[in-house]
Amino acid sequence: MGFEKFGAVSFTTETKTADFVTYLEKGQVVANRCKKCGRIYFPPRADCADDFSSEMEWQPVQGKGKLMTYTIVSYGPSGFENDTPYILALAEFPPGVRVFGRLDKGISPEEIKVGMEVVVTPVTLAEGKLSYQFNKA
Amino acid sequence: MEKSVAIVGAGQTVFSRGCGQSVRELCFEAFREAMDGLNLKTGDIGASVICSAPEYDKQRSPAGVIAEYLNLVPKPTFYVETICSSSSTGLRVAYALIKSGLHSVVAVVGFQKMSEISSREAAERMGRGGDIMWESPFGVTMPAGYAMYARAHMAAYGTKPEQLARIRVKNSSYGALNARATFRKALTEEDVMKSAVVTLPLKTYDCCANADGASCIILASKEEAARIAKVPIWVLGVGAATDSTTLSNKKLYTGLSCAREAARQAYEMAGVGPEDIDVAEVHDCFTIAELMAYEDLGFARSGEGPRLIDEKQTYIGGKIPVNIDGGLLSKGHPIGATGGSQIRTVVKQLRGQGETGQVEGAKIGLVHNIGGVGIYGNVTILGR
Repeated sequence: MGFEKFGAVSFTTETKTADFVTYLEKGQVVANRCKKCGRIYFPPRADCADDFSSEMEWQPVQGKGKLMTYTIVSYGPSGFENDTPYILALAEFPPGVRVFGRLDKGISPEEIKVGMEVVVTPVTLAEGKLSYQFNKA
Repeated sequence: MEKSVAIVGAGQTVFSRGCGQSVRELCFEAFREAMDGLNLKTGDIGASVICSAPEYDKQRSPAGVIAEYLNLVPKPTFYVETICSSSSTGLRVAYALIKSGLHSVVAVVGFQKMSEISSREAAERMGRGGDIMWESPFGVTMPAGYAMYARAHMAAYGTKPEQLARIRVKNSSYGALNARATFRKALTEEDVMKSAVVTLPLKTYDCCANADGASCIILASKEEAARIAKVPIWVLGVGAATDSTTLSNKKLYTGLSCAREAARQAYEMAGVGPEDIDVAEVHDCFTIAELMAYEDLGFARSGEGPRLIDEKQTYIGGKIPVNIDGGLLSKGHPIGATGGSQIRTVVKQLRGQGETGQVEGAKIGLVHNIGGVGIYGNVTILGR
Protein backbone atom coordinates (compact mmCIF):
# COMPACT_ATOMS: atom_id res chain seq x y z
CA MET A 1 0.00 0.00 0.00
CA GLY A 2 1.00 3.62 -0.32
CA PHE A 3 1.73 3.71 -4.01
CA GLU A 4 -1.87 4.67 -4.86
CA LYS A 5 -0.94 8.18 -3.76
CA PHE A 6 1.41 8.55 -6.73
CA GLY A 7 0.11 10.50 -9.71
CA ALA A 8 -3.17 12.13 -10.69
CA VAL A 9 -4.53 8.71 -11.69
CA SER A 10 -2.88 5.64 -10.18
CA PHE A 11 -3.31 2.08 -11.35
CA THR A 12 -1.39 0.08 -8.76
CA THR A 13 -1.24 0.13 -4.98
CA GLU A 14 1.41 -2.37 -4.00
CA THR A 15 5.11 -2.30 -4.80
CA LYS A 16 8.28 -2.82 -2.85
CA THR A 17 9.35 0.60 -4.12
CA ALA A 18 6.45 2.45 -2.42
CA ASP A 19 9.02 4.41 -0.39
CA PHE A 20 9.39 6.50 -3.53
CA VAL A 21 6.17 8.20 -2.39
CA THR A 22 7.50 8.63 1.16
CA TYR A 23 10.47 10.50 -0.33
CA LEU A 24 8.11 12.68 -2.38
CA GLU A 25 6.33 13.56 0.87
CA LYS A 26 9.69 14.54 2.31
CA GLY A 27 10.39 16.75 -0.69
CA GLN A 28 12.73 14.52 -2.65
CA VAL A 29 12.56 12.79 -6.03
CA VAL A 30 14.67 9.65 -5.84
CA ALA A 31 16.17 7.02 -8.08
CA ASN A 32 17.65 3.85 -6.67
CA ARG A 33 20.91 2.04 -7.01
CA CYS A 34 21.94 -1.59 -6.78
CA LYS A 35 24.36 -1.92 -3.88
CA LYS A 36 26.04 -4.87 -5.55
CA CYS A 37 26.76 -3.58 -9.06
CA GLY A 38 26.13 0.15 -8.62
CA ARG A 39 23.64 0.46 -11.47
CA ILE A 40 21.25 3.37 -11.01
CA TYR A 41 17.60 2.85 -11.86
CA PHE A 42 14.87 5.26 -12.83
CA PRO A 43 12.09 4.37 -12.57
CA PRO A 44 13.22 2.75 -9.32
CA ARG A 45 13.01 -1.02 -9.03
CA ALA A 46 13.07 -3.47 -6.14
CA ASP A 47 15.33 -5.88 -7.96
CA CYS A 48 18.45 -5.62 -10.08
CA ALA A 49 18.06 -8.12 -12.89
CA ASP A 50 21.74 -7.78 -13.85
CA ASP A 51 22.94 -9.65 -10.78
CA PHE A 52 19.73 -10.94 -9.17
CA SER A 53 20.20 -8.72 -6.14
CA SER A 54 17.43 -7.00 -4.16
CA GLU A 55 19.80 -4.91 -2.07
CA MET A 56 18.95 -1.43 -3.31
CA GLU A 57 19.53 2.05 -1.90
CA TRP A 58 17.74 5.30 -2.63
CA GLN A 59 19.52 8.32 -4.00
CA PRO A 60 18.14 11.72 -4.91
CA VAL A 61 17.75 12.86 -8.51
CA GLN A 62 19.39 16.24 -8.28
CA GLY A 63 21.15 18.97 -10.13
CA LYS A 64 20.25 20.45 -13.47
CA GLY A 65 18.81 18.14 -16.07
CA LYS A 66 18.51 18.63 -19.82
CA LEU A 67 15.14 18.47 -21.55
CA MET A 68 15.41 15.68 -24.16
CA THR A 69 11.96 15.88 -25.72
CA TYR A 70 8.38 16.85 -24.88
CA THR A 71 4.82 17.06 -26.13
CA ILE A 72 1.88 19.29 -25.26
CA VAL A 73 -1.12 16.96 -24.87
CA SER A 74 -4.48 18.36 -26.01
CA TYR A 75 -6.52 15.14 -25.61
CA GLY A 76 -6.03 13.17 -22.41
CA PRO A 77 -7.11 9.64 -21.54
CA SER A 78 -9.67 8.78 -18.81
CA GLY A 79 -9.10 10.78 -15.66
CA PHE A 80 -7.09 13.45 -17.48
CA GLU A 81 -9.90 14.98 -19.59
CA ASN A 82 -10.01 18.17 -17.55
CA ASP A 83 -6.27 18.35 -17.11
CA THR A 84 -5.40 19.31 -20.70
CA PRO A 85 -3.34 20.89 -22.03
CA TYR A 86 -0.44 19.37 -20.11
CA ILE A 87 3.19 18.88 -21.05
CA LEU A 88 4.86 15.47 -20.95
CA ALA A 89 8.63 15.51 -21.02
CA LEU A 90 11.82 13.51 -20.70
CA ALA A 91 14.88 14.93 -19.01
CA GLU A 92 18.33 13.59 -18.29
CA PHE A 93 19.97 14.36 -14.95
CA PRO A 94 23.55 13.73 -13.85
CA PRO A 95 25.02 11.11 -13.98
CA GLY A 96 22.75 10.12 -16.90
CA VAL A 97 19.50 9.40 -15.04
CA ARG A 98 16.57 9.75 -17.44
CA VAL A 99 13.28 10.80 -15.91
CA PHE A 100 9.82 10.92 -17.53
CA GLY A 101 7.30 13.35 -16.09
CA ARG A 102 5.47 16.59 -16.60
CA LEU A 103 6.87 20.00 -17.30
CA ASP A 104 5.44 22.88 -15.26
CA LYS A 105 2.23 24.12 -16.88
CA GLY A 106 3.16 27.72 -16.18
CA ILE A 107 5.80 27.80 -18.91
CA SER A 108 4.77 29.35 -22.22
CA PRO A 109 5.06 27.04 -25.26
CA GLU A 110 7.55 29.43 -26.94
CA GLU A 111 9.86 29.10 -23.96
CA ILE A 112 10.16 25.30 -24.21
CA LYS A 113 13.31 24.19 -26.00
CA VAL A 114 14.84 20.75 -26.33
CA GLY A 115 18.15 21.01 -24.50
CA MET A 116 16.96 23.60 -21.96
CA GLU A 117 17.97 23.10 -18.32
CA VAL A 118 15.38 21.86 -15.84
CA VAL A 119 15.17 20.79 -12.22
CA VAL A 120 12.80 18.18 -10.82
CA THR A 121 10.69 18.80 -7.73
CA PRO A 122 7.86 17.01 -5.89
CA VAL A 123 4.35 18.45 -6.27
CA THR A 124 1.15 17.91 -4.31
CA LEU A 125 -1.97 17.32 -6.43
CA ALA A 126 -5.68 17.35 -5.58
CA GLU A 127 -6.82 15.06 -2.75
CA GLY A 128 -3.33 14.81 -1.28
CA LYS A 129 -1.89 12.85 -4.17
CA LEU A 130 1.77 13.28 -4.92
CA SER A 131 3.84 13.57 -8.04
CA TYR A 132 6.83 15.48 -9.39
CA GLN A 133 7.39 17.91 -12.19
CA PHE A 134 10.15 19.60 -14.12
CA ASN A 135 10.67 23.32 -13.82
CA LYS A 136 12.86 25.54 -15.93
CA ALA A 137 16.20 25.86 -14.11
CA MET B 1 18.42 -17.00 -49.33
CA GLU B 2 16.55 -19.94 -47.89
CA LYS B 3 13.17 -20.86 -49.33
CA SER B 4 11.73 -23.21 -46.75
CA VAL B 5 8.48 -21.59 -45.56
CA ALA B 6 6.01 -19.87 -47.89
CA ILE B 7 2.91 -17.75 -47.68
CA VAL B 8 0.33 -19.52 -49.81
CA GLY B 9 -2.73 -17.43 -49.00
CA ALA B 10 -3.49 -13.91 -47.75
CA GLY B 11 -6.81 -12.24 -47.06
CA GLN B 12 -8.37 -9.34 -45.26
CA THR B 13 -11.76 -7.76 -44.72
CA VAL B 14 -12.71 -4.20 -45.47
CA PHE B 15 -11.38 -2.08 -42.60
CA SER B 16 -14.14 0.20 -41.33
CA ARG B 17 -15.52 1.95 -38.30
CA GLY B 18 -18.53 0.07 -36.99
CA CYS B 19 -18.48 -3.04 -39.19
CA GLY B 20 -21.91 -4.40 -38.19
CA GLN B 21 -20.70 -7.97 -37.79
CA SER B 22 -19.19 -10.17 -35.10
CA VAL B 23 -15.50 -10.89 -34.59
CA ARG B 24 -15.90 -14.48 -35.79
CA GLU B 25 -17.64 -13.31 -38.96
CA LEU B 26 -14.87 -10.81 -39.67
CA CYS B 27 -12.28 -13.56 -39.23
CA PHE B 28 -14.19 -15.89 -41.53
CA GLU B 29 -14.27 -13.29 -44.29
CA ALA B 30 -10.48 -12.86 -44.13
CA PHE B 31 -9.98 -16.63 -43.96
CA ARG B 32 -12.21 -17.20 -47.01
CA GLU B 33 -10.14 -14.80 -49.11
CA ALA B 34 -6.88 -16.40 -47.91
CA MET B 35 -8.17 -19.87 -48.92
CA ASP B 36 -9.48 -18.67 -52.28
CA GLY B 37 -7.92 -20.54 -55.20
CA LEU B 38 -5.73 -22.78 -53.03
CA ASN B 39 -5.44 -26.52 -53.42
CA LEU B 40 -6.03 -26.86 -49.68
CA LYS B 41 -8.86 -28.14 -47.51
CA THR B 42 -9.55 -26.55 -44.14
CA GLY B 43 -8.94 -29.92 -42.49
CA ASP B 44 -5.36 -29.94 -43.81
CA ILE B 45 -4.45 -26.85 -41.80
CA GLY B 46 -2.42 -28.26 -38.91
CA ALA B 47 -2.73 -25.38 -36.44
CA SER B 48 -4.02 -21.84 -36.11
CA VAL B 49 -2.49 -18.83 -34.41
CA ILE B 50 -5.03 -16.18 -33.40
CA CYS B 51 -3.81 -12.62 -32.86
CA SER B 52 -5.38 -9.53 -31.28
CA ALA B 53 -4.97 -7.06 -28.45
CA PRO B 54 -7.12 -8.52 -25.67
CA GLU B 55 -8.06 -5.23 -24.02
CA TYR B 56 -10.42 -4.55 -26.93
CA ASP B 57 -12.04 -7.99 -26.86
CA LYS B 58 -15.26 -8.86 -25.09
CA GLN B 59 -14.73 -12.58 -25.64
CA ARG B 60 -12.40 -14.14 -23.14
CA SER B 61 -9.90 -16.37 -24.97
CA PRO B 62 -11.11 -15.64 -28.52
CA ALA B 63 -8.92 -18.33 -30.17
CA GLY B 64 -11.32 -21.16 -29.37
CA VAL B 65 -14.41 -19.39 -30.66
CA ILE B 66 -12.69 -18.34 -33.88
CA ALA B 67 -11.17 -21.79 -34.49
CA GLU B 68 -14.63 -23.31 -34.07
CA TYR B 69 -16.26 -20.87 -36.51
CA LEU B 70 -13.53 -21.42 -39.13
CA ASN B 71 -13.81 -25.22 -38.78
CA LEU B 72 -10.25 -25.41 -37.49
CA VAL B 73 -11.11 -27.71 -34.57
CA PRO B 74 -9.88 -30.24 -33.45
CA LYS B 75 -6.45 -28.95 -34.55
CA PRO B 76 -4.48 -26.93 -32.00
CA THR B 77 -5.16 -23.20 -31.78
CA PHE B 78 -3.69 -20.57 -29.49
CA TYR B 79 -3.37 -16.87 -29.05
CA VAL B 80 -0.45 -14.46 -29.37
CA GLU B 81 -0.27 -10.77 -28.58
CA THR B 82 2.20 -7.93 -29.12
CA ILE B 83 -0.47 -5.21 -29.38
CA CYS B 84 -0.29 -3.58 -32.83
CA SER B 85 2.19 -6.13 -34.19
CA SER B 86 0.29 -9.21 -32.98
CA SER B 87 -0.21 -10.74 -36.41
CA SER B 88 3.47 -10.29 -37.38
CA THR B 89 4.30 -12.13 -34.18
CA GLY B 90 1.74 -14.72 -35.27
CA LEU B 91 3.61 -15.08 -38.56
CA ARG B 92 6.88 -15.55 -36.69
CA VAL B 93 5.31 -18.27 -34.56
CA ALA B 94 3.83 -19.98 -37.63
CA TYR B 95 7.23 -19.85 -39.33
CA ALA B 96 8.80 -21.60 -36.34
CA LEU B 97 6.03 -24.21 -36.13
CA ILE B 98 6.58 -25.12 -39.78
CA LYS B 99 10.36 -24.90 -39.70
CA SER B 100 10.45 -27.21 -36.66
CA GLY B 101 8.46 -29.81 -38.56
CA LEU B 102 5.68 -29.77 -35.98
CA HIS B 103 3.13 -28.60 -38.57
CA SER B 104 3.26 -28.24 -42.34
CA VAL B 105 0.38 -25.75 -42.84
CA VAL B 106 -0.54 -23.03 -40.33
CA ALA B 107 -3.18 -20.25 -40.47
CA VAL B 108 -2.50 -16.89 -38.79
CA VAL B 109 -5.70 -14.97 -38.09
CA GLY B 110 -5.50 -11.39 -36.82
CA PHE B 111 -8.48 -9.31 -35.84
CA GLN B 112 -9.76 -6.37 -33.86
CA LYS B 113 -13.23 -5.04 -33.48
CA MET B 114 -12.47 -1.75 -31.85
CA SER B 115 -16.08 -0.62 -32.01
CA GLU B 116 -16.86 -3.48 -29.61
CA ILE B 117 -16.11 -1.16 -26.70
CA SER B 118 -17.39 2.38 -26.09
CA SER B 119 -15.24 5.43 -26.72
CA ARG B 120 -15.20 5.90 -22.95
CA GLU B 121 -13.80 2.41 -22.50
CA ALA B 122 -11.30 3.07 -25.30
CA ALA B 123 -10.10 6.23 -23.52
CA GLU B 124 -9.67 4.18 -20.35
CA ARG B 125 -7.55 1.60 -22.18
CA MET B 126 -5.58 4.34 -23.90
CA GLY B 127 -4.59 5.53 -20.44
CA ARG B 128 -3.09 2.15 -19.58
CA GLY B 129 -0.99 1.72 -22.72
CA GLY B 130 2.22 2.91 -21.10
CA ASP B 131 3.95 1.60 -17.96
CA ILE B 132 1.07 1.77 -15.47
CA MET B 133 3.29 2.15 -12.40
CA TRP B 134 5.60 4.94 -13.44
CA GLU B 135 4.39 6.67 -16.60
CA SER B 136 0.61 6.26 -17.03
CA PRO B 137 -0.01 8.30 -13.83
CA PHE B 138 1.18 11.34 -15.83
CA GLY B 139 -1.46 10.87 -18.55
CA VAL B 140 0.69 9.38 -21.30
CA THR B 141 -0.98 8.10 -24.49
CA MET B 142 0.20 6.43 -27.70
CA PRO B 143 0.04 9.69 -29.69
CA ALA B 144 1.92 11.50 -26.92
CA GLY B 145 4.70 8.90 -26.99
CA TYR B 146 5.12 9.23 -30.75
CA ALA B 147 4.87 13.02 -30.49
CA MET B 148 7.90 12.92 -28.20
CA TYR B 149 9.79 11.00 -30.89
CA ALA B 150 8.65 13.59 -33.45
CA ARG B 151 9.90 16.45 -31.27
CA ALA B 152 13.25 14.70 -30.73
CA HIS B 153 13.62 14.12 -34.50
CA MET B 154 12.77 17.77 -35.18
CA ALA B 155 15.28 18.95 -32.59
CA ALA B 156 18.05 16.68 -33.87
CA TYR B 157 17.59 17.09 -37.62
CA GLY B 158 15.42 20.14 -38.22
CA THR B 159 12.52 18.01 -39.46
CA LYS B 160 9.44 20.12 -40.24
CA PRO B 161 5.75 19.40 -39.59
CA GLU B 162 5.18 19.93 -43.33
CA GLN B 163 7.45 16.97 -44.06
CA LEU B 164 5.36 14.78 -41.76
CA ALA B 165 2.25 16.08 -43.53
CA ARG B 166 3.70 14.99 -46.90
CA ILE B 167 3.71 11.40 -45.64
CA ARG B 168 -0.02 11.61 -44.96
CA VAL B 169 -0.56 13.20 -48.37
CA LYS B 170 1.22 10.28 -50.06
CA ASN B 171 -0.60 7.62 -48.07
CA SER B 172 -3.97 9.27 -48.56
CA SER B 173 -3.38 9.35 -52.33
CA TYR B 174 -3.12 5.53 -52.30
CA GLY B 175 -5.80 5.12 -49.64
CA ALA B 176 -8.22 6.87 -51.99
CA LEU B 177 -7.76 3.92 -54.37
CA ASN B 178 -8.10 1.21 -51.71
CA ALA B 179 -11.62 -0.21 -51.57
CA ARG B 180 -10.82 -1.80 -48.21
CA ALA B 181 -9.58 1.37 -46.51
CA THR B 182 -11.56 3.22 -43.82
CA PHE B 183 -10.36 6.66 -44.91
CA ARG B 184 -10.59 7.20 -48.67
CA LYS B 185 -10.18 10.93 -49.12
CA ALA B 186 -7.03 12.25 -50.79
CA LEU B 187 -5.65 14.99 -48.54
CA THR B 188 -3.51 18.01 -49.36
CA GLU B 189 -0.60 19.27 -47.30
CA GLU B 190 -2.81 22.17 -46.27
CA ASP B 191 -5.57 19.80 -45.05
CA VAL B 192 -3.06 18.05 -42.80
CA MET B 193 -1.43 21.24 -41.54
CA LYS B 194 -4.81 22.78 -40.70
CA SER B 195 -6.14 19.76 -38.81
CA ALA B 196 -6.58 20.07 -35.04
CA VAL B 197 -3.61 19.49 -32.76
CA VAL B 198 -3.85 16.21 -30.85
CA THR B 199 -0.56 16.32 -29.01
CA LEU B 200 1.96 18.82 -30.28
CA PRO B 201 3.59 18.46 -32.81
CA LEU B 202 1.12 15.80 -34.02
CA LYS B 203 -2.20 16.82 -35.55
CA THR B 204 -5.33 14.81 -36.28
CA TYR B 205 -4.18 13.85 -39.77
CA ASP B 206 -0.78 12.77 -38.47
CA CYS B 207 -2.59 9.97 -36.62
CA CYS B 208 -4.27 6.79 -37.82
CA ALA B 209 -7.74 5.89 -36.59
CA ASN B 210 -9.18 2.86 -34.82
CA ALA B 211 -11.03 0.42 -37.05
CA ASP B 212 -12.70 -2.98 -37.21
CA GLY B 213 -11.21 -5.67 -39.40
CA ALA B 214 -9.53 -9.03 -39.76
CA SER B 215 -6.68 -10.52 -41.76
CA CYS B 216 -5.52 -14.05 -42.47
CA ILE B 217 -2.20 -15.42 -43.70
CA ILE B 218 -1.73 -19.10 -44.51
CA LEU B 219 1.80 -20.49 -44.43
CA ALA B 220 3.12 -23.83 -45.60
CA SER B 221 6.32 -25.84 -45.74
CA LYS B 222 8.33 -25.95 -48.97
CA GLU B 223 6.98 -29.40 -49.80
CA GLU B 224 3.35 -28.42 -49.29
CA ALA B 225 3.59 -24.91 -50.75
CA ALA B 226 4.27 -26.06 -54.32
CA ARG B 227 1.19 -28.25 -54.21
CA ILE B 228 -1.10 -25.72 -52.54
CA ALA B 229 -0.39 -22.47 -54.40
CA LYS B 230 0.50 -21.40 -57.94
CA VAL B 231 2.78 -18.59 -56.73
CA PRO B 232 4.13 -19.22 -53.23
CA ILE B 233 5.68 -16.14 -51.63
CA TRP B 234 8.70 -17.10 -49.55
CA VAL B 235 9.40 -15.88 -46.06
CA LEU B 236 13.07 -14.99 -46.52
CA GLY B 237 13.74 -13.26 -43.23
CA VAL B 238 12.02 -12.69 -39.90
CA GLY B 239 13.38 -10.26 -37.34
CA ALA B 240 11.95 -9.36 -33.94
CA ALA B 241 13.16 -7.31 -30.99
CA THR B 242 11.83 -5.61 -27.86
CA ASP B 243 12.60 -2.19 -26.40
CA SER B 244 11.64 -0.87 -22.96
CA THR B 245 8.01 0.09 -22.38
CA THR B 246 9.09 3.00 -20.18
CA LEU B 247 9.94 6.01 -22.31
CA SER B 248 12.70 6.88 -19.85
CA ASN B 249 14.63 3.70 -20.61
CA LYS B 250 14.58 3.88 -24.42
CA LYS B 251 18.04 4.03 -25.94
CA LEU B 252 16.97 6.25 -28.80
CA TYR B 253 14.31 8.94 -29.34
CA THR B 254 14.92 9.78 -32.99
CA GLY B 255 14.18 6.24 -34.16
CA LEU B 256 12.91 2.92 -32.83
CA SER B 257 15.75 0.74 -31.60
CA CYS B 258 13.50 -2.36 -31.68
CA ALA B 259 12.86 -1.74 -35.39
CA ARG B 260 16.55 -1.27 -36.13
CA GLU B 261 17.42 -4.56 -34.45
CA ALA B 262 14.53 -6.44 -36.09
CA ALA B 263 15.60 -5.07 -39.49
CA ARG B 264 19.22 -6.09 -38.91
CA GLN B 265 18.12 -9.65 -38.13
CA ALA B 266 15.72 -9.88 -41.07
CA TYR B 267 18.24 -8.52 -43.61
CA GLU B 268 20.91 -10.89 -42.31
CA MET B 269 18.62 -13.90 -42.45
CA ALA B 270 17.41 -13.05 -45.95
CA GLY B 271 20.89 -12.17 -47.16
CA VAL B 272 19.69 -8.87 -48.62
CA GLY B 273 20.06 -5.19 -47.78
CA PRO B 274 17.76 -2.17 -47.89
CA GLU B 275 18.84 -1.46 -51.48
CA ASP B 276 17.35 -4.82 -52.56
CA ILE B 277 13.82 -4.05 -51.31
CA ASP B 278 11.38 -3.29 -54.13
CA VAL B 279 8.32 -2.43 -52.03
CA ALA B 280 7.67 -1.93 -48.31
CA GLU B 281 4.79 -1.72 -45.91
CA VAL B 282 5.73 0.15 -42.75
CA HIS B 283 3.88 0.79 -39.51
CA ASP B 284 2.60 4.34 -40.02
CA CYS B 285 0.39 4.57 -36.94
CA PHE B 286 1.59 8.19 -37.02
CA THR B 287 3.35 10.10 -39.79
CA ILE B 288 6.49 10.31 -37.65
CA ALA B 289 6.45 6.51 -37.38
CA GLU B 290 6.76 6.16 -41.17
CA LEU B 291 9.50 8.78 -41.27
CA MET B 292 11.51 6.95 -38.60
CA ALA B 293 10.92 3.65 -40.42
CA TYR B 294 12.70 5.06 -43.52
CA GLU B 295 15.78 5.53 -41.36
CA ASP B 296 15.40 2.48 -39.11
CA LEU B 297 15.11 0.21 -42.16
CA GLY B 298 18.09 1.80 -43.90
CA PHE B 299 16.13 3.34 -46.79
CA ALA B 300 17.67 6.64 -45.71
CA ARG B 301 20.50 7.56 -43.36
CA SER B 302 19.62 8.94 -39.90
CA GLY B 303 18.16 12.41 -40.33
CA GLU B 304 17.67 12.00 -44.08
CA GLY B 305 14.21 10.43 -43.96
CA PRO B 306 12.51 13.78 -44.60
CA ARG B 307 14.40 14.17 -47.88
CA LEU B 308 13.04 10.82 -49.06
CA ILE B 309 9.45 12.08 -48.80
CA ASP B 310 10.33 15.58 -50.08
CA GLU B 311 11.72 13.95 -53.23
CA LYS B 312 8.72 11.60 -53.47
CA GLN B 313 11.05 8.60 -53.42
CA THR B 314 8.50 6.56 -51.45
CA TYR B 315 5.81 6.84 -54.14
CA ILE B 316 5.47 4.20 -56.87
CA GLY B 317 8.19 5.06 -59.36
CA GLY B 318 10.50 6.32 -56.60
CA LYS B 319 13.52 4.65 -55.06
CA ILE B 320 11.51 2.65 -52.54
CA PRO B 321 7.68 2.70 -52.66
CA VAL B 322 6.25 2.62 -49.12
CA ASN B 323 2.67 2.05 -47.97
CA ILE B 324 1.20 2.10 -51.43
CA ASP B 325 -2.05 0.64 -50.07
CA GLY B 326 -2.59 3.81 -48.01
CA GLY B 327 -0.94 2.50 -44.85
CA LEU B 328 -2.53 2.45 -41.43
CA LEU B 329 -3.19 6.17 -41.89
CA SER B 330 -5.73 5.40 -44.64
CA LYS B 331 -6.77 1.83 -43.96
CA GLY B 332 -7.37 2.40 -40.26
CA HIS B 333 -5.73 0.30 -37.56
CA PRO B 334 -7.64 -2.74 -36.30
CA ILE B 335 -4.73 -3.58 -34.01
CA GLY B 336 -4.50 -7.37 -34.27
CA ALA B 337 -5.32 -7.42 -38.00
CA THR B 338 -2.84 -4.76 -39.14
CA GLY B 339 0.29 -6.90 -39.59
CA GLY B 340 -1.63 -9.43 -41.68
CA SER B 341 -2.99 -6.65 -43.87
CA GLN B 342 0.51 -5.28 -44.45
CA ILE B 343 1.73 -8.78 -45.34
CA ARG B 344 -1.21 -9.27 -47.70
CA THR B 345 -0.36 -6.07 -49.57
CA VAL B 346 3.26 -7.12 -50.07
CA VAL B 347 2.19 -10.64 -51.11
CA LYS B 348 -0.14 -9.07 -53.72
CA GLN B 349 2.69 -6.86 -55.00
CA LEU B 350 5.07 -9.80 -55.31
CA ARG B 351 2.42 -11.76 -57.20
CA GLY B 352 1.92 -8.80 -59.52
CA GLN B 353 -1.65 -8.32 -58.31
CA GLY B 354 -1.38 -4.85 -56.77
CA GLU B 355 -4.78 -3.31 -56.06
CA THR B 356 -3.81 0.33 -55.61
CA GLY B 357 -1.00 0.37 -58.17
CA GLN B 358 1.75 -2.12 -58.94
CA VAL B 359 5.50 -1.85 -58.46
CA GLU B 360 6.59 -3.38 -61.75
CA GLY B 361 8.69 -6.50 -61.39
CA ALA B 362 8.70 -6.41 -57.58
CA LYS B 363 10.68 -9.42 -56.34
CA ILE B 364 11.51 -8.64 -52.73
CA GLY B 365 9.23 -6.89 -50.24
CA LEU B 366 9.46 -5.87 -46.60
CA VAL B 367 6.93 -5.53 -43.79
CA HIS B 368 7.70 -3.40 -40.70
CA ASN B 369 5.11 -3.78 -37.92
CA ILE B 370 5.53 -2.19 -34.49
CA GLY B 371 3.70 -2.88 -31.22
CA GLY B 372 3.11 -0.03 -28.75
CA VAL B 373 5.27 3.07 -28.62
CA GLY B 374 8.29 1.29 -30.08
CA ILE B 375 8.06 -1.70 -27.74
CA TYR B 376 7.80 -4.65 -30.12
CA GLY B 377 9.66 -4.45 -33.43
CA ASN B 378 8.92 -6.93 -36.22
CA VAL B 379 10.43 -6.94 -39.71
CA THR B 380 9.57 -9.61 -42.26
CA ILE B 381 11.19 -9.95 -45.69
CA LEU B 382 9.27 -11.75 -48.42
CA GLY B 383 10.30 -12.81 -51.90
CA ARG B 384 9.02 -14.52 -55.02
